[in-house]
Amino acid sequence: MNTELSGILISFAITLLIAIPLGKYLARMFAGEKVWTDFMKPIENLIYKLSGISPSQPMNWKQFLKAMITINSLWLVYGFFMLMFQDKLPLNPDGNPGMTADLAFNSIISFVANTNLQHYSGESGATYLIQHFIFMFLQFTSAATGIACAVAVFKALRDKTTNDVGNFWVYLVRSVTRLLLPLSIVLALILAFNGTPASYAGKDQFISMQGDTVNVSRGPAAQFIAIKHLGTNGGGWFGANSAHPLENPNYTTNIAEIVAQMLVPIAMVLAFGYFTRRKKMGWVIFGVMTIGMLMLMIPTIFSELGGNPAIAKMGVSQSTGAMEGKEVRVGPMATAYWSTLTTIVSTGSVNGMHDSTMPLTGLWQMLGMMINAFFGGCGVGVLNYLIYIIIAVFISGLMVGRTPEFLGHKVEAREVKIAALITLLSPFLILAGTALASYVFTNYGAANWAVKPSAWLNNPSYHGFSEMLYENTSSNANNGSGFEGLGDNNIFWNVSTGIIILLGRFLPIIGPVAIAGLLAQKKYIPESAGTLRTDTVTFGIMTFAVILVLNALSYFPALVLGPIAEHFTMLK
Amino acid sequence: MKTLVQSIRLTLVLTALLCVIYPVFISFASKMAKGKGNGETITVNGKVVGYALLGQKFDKPQYFWSRPSAVGYNAAGSAGSNKGPSNPDYLKEVSNRIDTLLKYNPGIKRSDIPADMVTASGSGLDPDISPAGAIIQINRIAAVRKLDEQKVAALVKEHTEKPMFGPAKVNVLKLNVALDELK
Repeated sequence: MNTELSGILISFAITLLIAIPLGKYLARMFAGEKVWTDFMKPIENLIYKLSGISPSQPMNWKQFLKAMITINSLWLVYGFFMLMFQDKLPLNPDGNPGMTADLAFNSIISFVANTNLQHYSGESGATYLIQHFIFMFLQFTSAATGIACAVAVFKALRDKTTNDVGNFWVYLVRSVTRLLLPLSIVLALILAFNGTPASYAGKDQFISMQGDTVNVSRGPAAQFIAIKHLGTNGGGWFGANSAHPLENPNYTTNIAEIVAQMLVPIAMVLAFGYFTRRKKMGWVIFGVMTIGMLMLMIPTIFSELGGNPAIAKMGVSQSTGAMEGKEVRVGPMATAYWSTLTTIVSTGSVNGMHDSTMPLTGLWQMLGMMINAFFGGCGVGVLNYLIYIIIAVFISGLMVGRTPEFLGHKVEAREVKIAALITLLSPFLILAGTALASYVFTNYGAANWAVKPSAWLNNPSYHGFSEMLYENTSSNANNGSGFEGLGDNNIFWNVSTGIIILLGRFLPIIGPVAIAGLLAQKKYIPESAGTLRTDTVTFGIMTFAVILVLNALSYFPALVLGPIAEHFTMLK
Repeated sequence: MKTLVQSIRLTLVLTALLCVIYPVFISFASKMAKGKGNGETITVNGKVVGYALLGQKFDKPQYFWSRPSAVGYNAAGSAGSNKGPSNPDYLKEVSNRIDTLLKYNPGIKRSDIPADMVTASGSGLDPDISPAGAIIQINRIAAVRKLDEQKVAALVKEHTEKPMFGPAKVNVLKLNVALDELK
């Protein structure tokens, strides 16, 4: 068999082999049942003690969200000042300068929000102190925040009638000590032993064989790259992200990194089923998400393997696929596979440059981020899917003429309103952001910013529009990848995407937690023959249809102006 | 207020765990890896000539060329070209690269040229080329260095890695080091 095809098949097989037991484990662990990682208890108790937290204290959904918002706000403020004054702080062997206020604003939001959209370049834009104490710290804690909120929703939906959604601090700490940290240690060691630097040594210099003087950026990268994938963060240590040979030295590490970013998103879906004692529902959701994933992935792979027809016309063989922006050791198939997964699970790390992929590949990448619920980011993927479920329950209820119910609780106007608002938020942020950017580009091309709007785009025509659409989509989805040709380090993009990331992160977390909290307070209605069952294949298809219809209606026009138009011009 | 104090204290505790204990432990463990956690270097006659994993610029006729790089193999500023597939300027650049290859490698046809030799890599630091990318350069190398073609071809074959998973590749730096040693 073709070694590239076997490569992605083995990647997926390993993913499932680890993710399925991990899902069961997460359900038991967060439910407080006995698990093998209970040996961490003394360490956790020490953390609670030092932090003045009482782990047994119950929280209602409002108290839970208050704790979540307080600590995230703290990180925003403290991180912002650290970034601005990084040049004056220690651990800066390469002498990198401080960030401008707008760049610091964008970067700190981006990392607090699990997005990792990077308008700076890793080699020269951030010191080792910032990379570890702010960015890596947030890669752990932002993922843990998402997971904690998802677990609160699980608990609210499991219990018959309750005010208690669980203790935020406990979920947060346990996500770190019993999931993210142990897995990060394993992955960081795999990377370090395959050649990724892990020491604190600064830049190196050597004379190449042709006599050029070459400076080499290094640093403790393995630690960072591990959690960047496990926490679906995606921010690279180096500018080129996981396309960089030191971030992703060989095909083995490529498999390790792609497996790592899928683990928690898949495990959380299954954990939902196990935790709420509705195993079947977990598997139905898993099935819907897998089918959605394949529908995006298979055309992406064909689109990249087909190569660039414009280069084929010059007589150069495209038998190895489109290679612009790709690495030889990874190859086009694993790059296509990665590009689908990184866009659906909101990691946003890349092992090849998305800006240079074929137009239809760009279409699938953007669509994956627009839907943002085929597995999705750590914890938040399930929450996004829950919103689609509420809409599907509501529509199904209307179709059969009954009060909609979900897991034994009536879904009423308030819950549906929240779900509808969250659903409308994404298209609003993405499309308004892109419209504003296009307006500034066409009308204020000469504005005196760090990058003049007329010089934003790295590519002309439809592809240039795609660069702006992609940036906004990625921000709203908290993905963080980009069509990186876009000149985005200037006040317009730093501020506009900063705001989009912030809203696109916290409202879709607050919404589902509120819905679950409200549902849990209602009287429990036992299932009867007349109940709309939400764990059936039929309901899975219904949810899938809701996802397709909502997203097609929202985004089709914008996608036509970008990737689809570019595709047809290339056919000429 | 109580929540804020808890947040500050938890942030400090987690910082100690995640930003000091974890990375220092990994850094310490990496001392046992090749390159001692600093990146593996390649040495010729006691002098470091490069990093095993980092591509470098090779454009002189006597060496096997690396792939095109958008950043001129700047290992302190990696990046791809980010050129879109339909960009006319980009396609012109590709066309020029094809002409350059045809000029310096007499005897090869357009259809012999693999895509990776005329496109810039994602990192700008790709250490590898495809086996076909090395094969089209054998003629030139043999002529410039006045070596037997068979010998150069054998060297390329020896340096072609065919892993169980993933594409076949040739590490350009290692190949060129071996080429310099070839008599």
